[in-house]
Amino acid sequence: MIELKGISKVYPDGTEALREVSFDMSQGRSCSIIGPSGCGKTTLLFILSGILKPSKGKAMIEGKEVVSPSKEVALILQDYGLFPWKTVYENVALGLEIRSHSVKSRISKKERKRIVLSLLQDLGLKGFENHYPKQLSGGMQQRIGFARALALNPKILLMDEPLSSLDALTRETLQNFLLALWKNNRMTMLLVTHNIEEAVFLGEKIIVLSSRPGSVVKIIENHKVGDDNYRNTEDFLEKCRAVRRSIEGGVT
Amino acid sequence: MQSGEEEHRGWSYLIIGLLLVAIWHLFAVLLNSIALPTPLAVFCAFISGIKDELLAHLLISAIRVGCGILLALSLAVPLGLVSYKNRADKIVAPLIYLLYPIPHIVLLPLVILLFGIGNFSKIILIAIIVFFQILVTTRDAARNLSMNYIYSLLSLGASEKDIYKHVILPASLPKILTAMRISIGTAIAVLFFVESFATTKGLGYLIMDAWSRMDYPDLYAAIVTMALLGFCLYMMLEKVEHKVCAWVYV
Repeated sequence: MIELKGISKVYPDGTEALREVSFDMSQGRSCSIIGPSGCGKTTLLFILSGILKPSKGKAMIEGKEVVSPSKEVALILQDYGLFPWKTVYENVALGLEIRSHSVKSRISKKERKRIVLSLLQDLGLKGFENHYPKQLSGGMQQRIGFARALALNPKILLMDEPLSSLDALTRETLQNFLLALWKNNRMTMLLVTHNIEEAVFLGEKIIVLSSRPGSVVKIIENHKVGDDNYRNTEDFLEKCRAVRRSIEGGVT
Repeated sequence: MQSGEEEHRGWSYLIIGLLLVAIWHLFAVLLNSIALPTPLAVFCAFISGIKDELLAHLLISAIRVGCGILLALSLAVPLGLVSYKNRADKIVAPLIYLLYPIPHIVLLPLVILLFGIGNFSKIILIAIIVFFQILVTTRDAARNLSMNYIYSLLSLGASEKDIYKHVILPASLPKILTAMRISIGTAIAVLFFVESFATTKGLGYLIMDAWSRMDYPDLYAAIVTMALLGFCLYMMLEKVEHKVCAWVYV
């Protein structure tokens, strides 16, 4: 269960990024956050992943206030998520390697290797272990990002515009991939996007934020999520129109 | 394919090298002055130098310049890397802006006063000058890093040490190595300066000595050896760069 209670964030330079944002989502659900650029969507994710502290309000995961990066949570960023100086294998293994430093979550090197290789196989990246990210296509790079997050076996997956730099077809393929991932693993998935179709295709709940400082304009329920074919239905288009109206209403 | 590429590069080095020697020869013949001997005369002096003590002088020069660069590197890189943090940069930035513009070579009297006229003071002076070149570049590299790399790592639960190990150092390495390449040229120039007095060892001494004897082939043989020293350091650095920054070259 994720709960945000009256989160506000003002940066030291005076920029007010978020104002009184509150919503909650239960475990195993998916949720999209959408809003105009610069509305504090990324700030919200950083607060949830324990990298930034809110100026006011509380972010809670499973009833506990988030104060530092949690083992249950994995974050995927659009750009710079991968390290160009590390090979595909090293990138995917990085999270496991870092978390192995703490005694509690110690995983043997052999076990780490098994996890990484099987993930690479699942995501169609087998044979590219020793390549560097820039040698691969955008879609493959993003799959490496997913692989790194999934290697940690997170209960909660936070994503910041994970597909926005991809071409339309690759994007659709990866949207289907994310949907399948969510359905199979039943993890809680929170997706930040500025793409309306993506928000509707992947989020059971769509949270529309206003322009800066971001605050919740509307929460739209979207229960038909879960089928690849959803994007070809009339319901889908109707939902997209509803989301668009809310966004336009929230832009001041 | 890669070895073919390397062979190709080897040839172009050879051809350009020969071309430079040819131009040198042309000038020597045209000028017809004892101050510019022909490449052949210098080559003969070089060979007889090798039979004599040229290599011993080369060795001592190589040690001085190598230690100077390594000393500078080991101080400048950590200091440059920590300045990715604003708190550290508050100290490093003024240090750079106030001290870098001073021509450090004028510190020679002070260095000699403090460290004597032995090898140590020569190494120190080379190190001081190279230190700033590496520091300026390393600091810029560390500070221009996208914070998203660091956020991405923090979300994995990274410690301060992890951030240096996985992001700051590897991301800054290409720039550090470029700074080192520039430093080699500077270091050798300083080497000549510090070896031109109060010593009887090193290539700088050989150059000054041959000059005072007006033995121009010997003079140029020592200059060529100094150039070869720089060239070898350069090549070594390139090998290191291809090894530790492989991702830049793919």
